[in-house]
Amino acid sequence: MAMPQTETQRTVDATAAQDIAVSARNVSKNYGPVEALKDLTLEFPRGQLTSLLGPSGCGKTTLLKIIAGLLEPTDGVIEVDGKTVTGPGPDRAFVFQDFALLPWASVLRNVAFGLELRGVNKSEREDIASKYINDVGLTGFEHSFPHELSGGMRQRVGLARALSVDADVLLMDEPFSAVDEQTRRKFQEDLLALVANENKTFIFVTHSIEEAVYVSDQIAILLPRPSRVSDIIRPSGLREKDSNSIRRDPEYLDIVDEIWASLRSYVE
Amino acid sequence: MQLFGIRLPAMSSLIIWGIVWEIFGRLEISFFVPPLSAVFSTLFEVIGSAAFQKALYETAYAFFSGVFFAVVIGIPTGILMGKNRLIDELLLPWVNIFLSAPLTALVPVLMVLFGFGMKSIIITTTLFAIWIIILNARAGVMQINRSLLEMAHSFGAGPWAAFSKVYFWAALPEILGGVRIGVIRAVKGVIIGQLLISIVGFGALFELYANNFLMEHFWAVLVVLFAMAFTISELLGYMERRVSYYAAKR
Repeated sequence: MAMPQTETQRTVDATAAQDIAVSARNVSKNYGPVEALKDLTLEFPRGQLTSLLGPSGCGKTTLLKIIAGLLEPTDGVIEVDGKTVTGPGPDRAFVFQDFALLPWASVLRNVAFGLELRGVNKSEREDIASKYINDVGLTGFEHSFPHELSGGMRQRVGLARALSVDADVLLMDEPFSAVDEQTRRKFQEDLLALVANENKTFIFVTHSIEEAVYVSDQIAILLPRPSRVSDIIRPSGLREKDSNSIRRDPEYLDIVDEIWASLRSYVE
Repeated sequence: MQLFGIRLPAMSSLIIWGIVWEIFGRLEISFFVPPLSAVFSTLFEVIGSAAFQKALYETAYAFFSGVFFAVVIGIPTGILMGKNRLIDELLLPWVNIFLSAPLTALVPVLMVLFGFGMKSIIITTTLFAIWIIILNARAGVMQINRSLLEMAHSFGAGPWAAFSKVYFWAALPEILGGVRIGVIRAVKGVIIGQLLISIVGFGALFELYANNFLMEHFWAVLVVLFAMAFTISELLGYMERRVSYYAAKR
């Protein structure tokens, strides 16, 4: 399917002089005879949020897990800061769709768990964890257990855990898909502030077109079977807007429509 | 439980069956069932005797040794089977065979291999308990949420940290359930061992009392045995409930 020309031109202009934090080069992934990803090349600019958007089965989570080092590509390389990825590393932190919290551990221990695995001593890691618990708005819940929290609060714990290891790259696998709509909107606003304030590179997998356009500096549209990048869209004027008015912005609405037009034929 | 709006205390059913037993015993229908009150008065007499205390020591020693080996070998084996497909394929048929095998029939073989002493009794006890402990630890590991493992891996957990900080705790509710059932089976194992291998411990007491038709004594020892097994099982049940809050939410 041909994409509108204007979008492609915008892509070329914007990537001209970018500082690239993560790059995927000619990445392929096969599960037996099934090609999940085929010769995929994509660059993720530093300090920005890039969404991977596409219909289900397009391999966006597979790509994210390859970047995380949880899966090995069949072919091609991932580079983070010019270094080839061979496995999980301290430069990347993962936020899971189903939160992946230890149900037998308190919020404090869960948030500090990444540091605990890195051998940071108890008082130091709990100090760091307390700071991020405060940042995500969970002060007072340090000694609660995951089953006592709502879905939204659990994902805040997952986010605080990823932030507390202070990785340069944050990998988020549909982090808001398991929380309710109001909570999701609040999360999206908070995420915009986070991208603006923390000098981190965010890679964000989502299946929601609106969510991708709302939070992203760059949207990579993946199409399935085998998966490849069909287009890269960079909303140009949305980041300067107030988070409350983005959803009414003509550019926001146009991009949402464009993406839907390009994806609709892939939805059964 | 509630009956006619009145809350019944725990274990009310035991009281009812105790009364039925007492009436049955007083009617002198069978010499095999003496009144419960006679059993209890004999019980206190028996507990004070040197023969009983020696039997208790021998039984407890064999029982706890047997359970110890079943737990220490069974839990890691089960966890390994749950983690490693190859080990699982190799061992699972044997575990299933021994779980349902009539272990009593194997006891003579153990006697040939390990002699007529305490060693064979302990091995018998272990063999009664270990299979269900292995299967439960394996089941516990196999149901672990994959994303917990990915989480540990992505934050840099090595094999030992993943095992001690994630696998073990995630499988703990099932492991404790397996140990609880294993312990109950070990009670059977230790008595069967004592009856068949060398007549020592409670097995010797059962043999002695049954052969001499001392039914009050026979039942008294059985009541003591039941009380001990029940206490241990309740203790493990309590530990199980302490971790059950997360069993449904992993």
